[in-house]
Amino acid sequence: MITVESLTKTYGSFTAVDDVSFTAQPGRVTGFLGPNGAGKSTTMRVMVGLTAPGAGEVRVLGRRFKDLPDPGREVGVLLDASAQHAGRTGREILTIAALTMGLPRTRVDEMLERVSLTPDEASRRVRNYSLGMRQRLGIGTALLGNPQVLILDEPANGLDPAGIRWMRDLLRGFADDGGTVLLSSHLLHEIEVIADDIVVIGNGRIVAQGTKDELLAGAGTLVRSTDGVALATALTAAGITARPTSGGAVLAEAELARVGQAAFAAGIPVTELRAAEGAGLEEMFLSLTAESQRDVTSHTDPEGAAA
Amino acid sequence: MSTATLTTQDTAPVTARRTDVRPAPAPTPFRRVVNVELRKMFDTRSGFWLMASIVIASVIATGLTIILGDREDLTFDSFAASVGSPMSIVLPIIGVLAVTSEWSQRTALTTFTLVPSRRRVLGAKLLNALAIGAVSMVVALGVGALGNLVTAAINGTDPVWDIASSTFAQIVLANELGMLLGFALGLLFRNSPAAIVGYFVINLVLPGLSGALGAAQAWWADNAGWFDLNQTRFLLFDSTLSGQEWVQLGLTSALWIALPLAIGLRLVLRSEVK
Amino acid sequence: MNSSTVDVRTAPDPVTATPGERARSVPAPTPFRRVLNVELRKMFDTRSGYWLMVSIVGLSILATAAVIVFAPDDEITYESFATAIGFPMSIILPMIAILAVTSEWSQRSGLTTFTLVPSRGRVIGAKATATFLVGLVSMVVAFAVGALGNLVGSALLGADTVWNISFETVPQIVLGNLVGMAIGFTLGVVLRNSPAAIVGYFVVSLVLPGILLLLAQVRDWFEDLQPWIDWNYTQVNLFDGATDTAREWAMLGTTSAIWIVFPLIVGVWFLRRSEVK
Repeated sequence: MITVESLTKTYGSFTAVDDVSFTAQPGRVTGFLGPNGAGKSTTMRVMVGLTAPGAGEVRVLGRRFKDLPDPGREVGVLLDASAQHAGRTGREILTIAALTMGLPRTRVDEMLERVSLTPDEASRRVRNYSLGMRQRLGIGTALLGNPQVLILDEPANGLDPAGIRWMRDLLRGFADDGGTVLLSSHLLHEIEVIADDIVVIGNGRIVAQGTKDELLAGAGTLVRSTDGVALATALTAAGITARPTSGGAVLAEAELARVGQAAFAAGIPVTELRAAEGAGLEEMFLSLTAESQRDVTSHTDPEGAAA
Repeated sequence: MSTATLTTQDTAPVTARRTDVRPAPAPTPFRRVVNVELRKMFDTRSGFWLMASIVIASVIATGLTIILGDREDLTFDSFAASVGSPMSIVLPIIGVLAVTSEWSQRTALTTFTLVPSRRRVLGAKLLNALAIGAVSMVVALGVGALGNLVTAAINGTDPVWDIASSTFAQIVLANELGMLLGFALGLLFRNSPAAIVGYFVINLVLPGLSGALGAAQAWWADNAGWFDLNQTRFLLFDSTLSGQEWVQLGLTSALWIALPLAIGLRLVLRSEVK
Repeated sequence: MNSSTVDVRTAPDPVTATPGERARSVPAPTPFRRVLNVELRKMFDTRSGYWLMVSIVGLSILATAAVIVFAPDDEITYESFATAIGFPMSIILPMIAILAVTSEWSQRSGLTTFTLVPSRGRVIGAKATATFLVGLVSMVVAFAVGALGNLVGSALLGADTVWNISFETVPQIVLGNLVGMAIGFTLGVVLRNSPAAIVGYFVVSLVLPGILLLLAQVRDWFEDLQPWIDWNYTQVNLFDGATDTAREWAMLGTTSAIWIVFPLIVGVWFLRRSEVK
């Protein structure tokens, strides 16, 4: 279990993490979702003691990270798969981790097999690894001590589709076994597929948290036409709370049939009409991304929908 | 969703035509590469402080000379000597890092994809390194001259300007050679720590070794000038070189600077950039 | 935009969820010996680390061969060999000490190191111990190669083997090299950047002595003070086996305090609070 309590971290006048509190439960996969630069990595670095918190506290398995007697045996951490000495071989990196944790050398071979690194690949220097191979090695390092908690920052980065599938199954199995998994991602779809609980962070603040079902349940209907504003006006006129979003889409708080009826009555041709499952979360996430002004989204095509 | 994707293919020819029509851009002019490489030497924190350290070290060296030296005997020559000492360390390090940072920071991936001709990039770097070397020496000697004026003002005497312009040119040359050596080692090793250690070994350790060898072997004492770069290079700082010494300087520079530079260049041109 | 915020803060009660935690015993704390073992291994397991270690043996042999070839016959003594080998040692050993610390930052392996052993003080302690051990073993190797060279050299000459280094001098020479390593280690801890620490080491070991010597020549008051603040001065005394009196040991003590102990304390203080990225 991981407990984050009122965590705040500032750099000069910039607040990277602002009063963040959440809990990652054992037996569940907690998705830590947010656009680039939202404060996910900083929060995770504070969790494992690499960055000192400005205020607040993080407890892992009921203790502060630095008070864990042998952290590798209880908490598996992968923050940046590229942060390894480029001159070491993959096997050597696992070996020094195993030695630090006091594990037998056989554990290294087991783990290489588990993360599908061949003996030939394992004897190559990390300098020559692809991002996907580094990621597998990093996941291997995290799992090496048979921990109870996993803290993974963007673990799917660089993995091929089969690798992403493999990682999902692995994390699912880990959680079903009673372990706690916290993984971050900037891809909504990835989190949707794997997480039980979701924590959404934007500009250092938590903007939503709860179980996936709760967050995705977002009641209502998504309806789309060529002119979203006109459609929303028409729906509002019909007594339905409606809000235009983007790309001609409108989120309406009424069931499918009633929304369709109202649009029909107003004479507006509808191009899409469906239950707004998760559309609320999707919209919120997109608006978060838009706020950070890295991309201007003109169309509601969630990044994850293509995958 | 999938239907939407299919329909957009109807518009595909429009995009395709656009690429056909576009004229090939003009080749990247060398001046632009030089500009960018110059900027890259200043735009990181370490680069900035390295450049700043030229001024800071000159000021400190001058200050120390005024405070600690025998003020009556101080001339421009004393100041030139004291500001030259930190320059002989800072400038070659700038030369080394100009090359190695592309590899240690992995910026080479971007640099050599934007300008695939590595020769041009390295040429631009070399040009900048030498230009910075020359400017730094002018700055350093300027600070030294200021120190000389201040000393004269304190003493109430006329400042003594006892460096001929030829000596001045020689000092600049000596420092440019040091910088070239650093640059060559950077190319050879493409690894900051290794190249820096290499420079200090050649510049600060080898003279001692050569001296020890000269003490033991008379032959070496007589002929070291033909092999030991430092012997003639150090002469540049404070004396007039004879014709033979100039030849020795040329030969040793070819051996210690041109040769590693050529080998390093060859290695860089052929190496895989990762 | 705020209206789009989905706020379903109904996180399950932590207490009820805890039974799901697998009941496991807390592992024993990582023993220091294990951290030391790992840090020692990390000094050898990269290509650059390996070649640094190899170069200790390689350069010892090279220096020994150079003495046999170049030194005049009457100087084929153990002292000549020890001096010649001491030369490359005085450069390589500090480099090893520097890189033992800085590579965690320059190669970013610190992310893993400090999550597996969150107590950074222990990691630095283990690194210091490992560096110390490597220094000791290197010196043993260096003395052995020199002894071998002395035997070979005198045999080639057909002369008697001259062992002109007393047993009292040996520990001082070893200590002198350890001082050099400690300076490198300190610079590594303070600067946490390989190029900067390497430049720093050459400046304080090869440039600074010249400046201080010059200063001592022109300023009388500094002449008396120099042995108390110039660490090179006290190190050279160690190499010569000339640190005998209590006063000389006190000088070594103050130079070590100024150049090693004090900056190391400050450096570790900052290092423990710094952000590892």
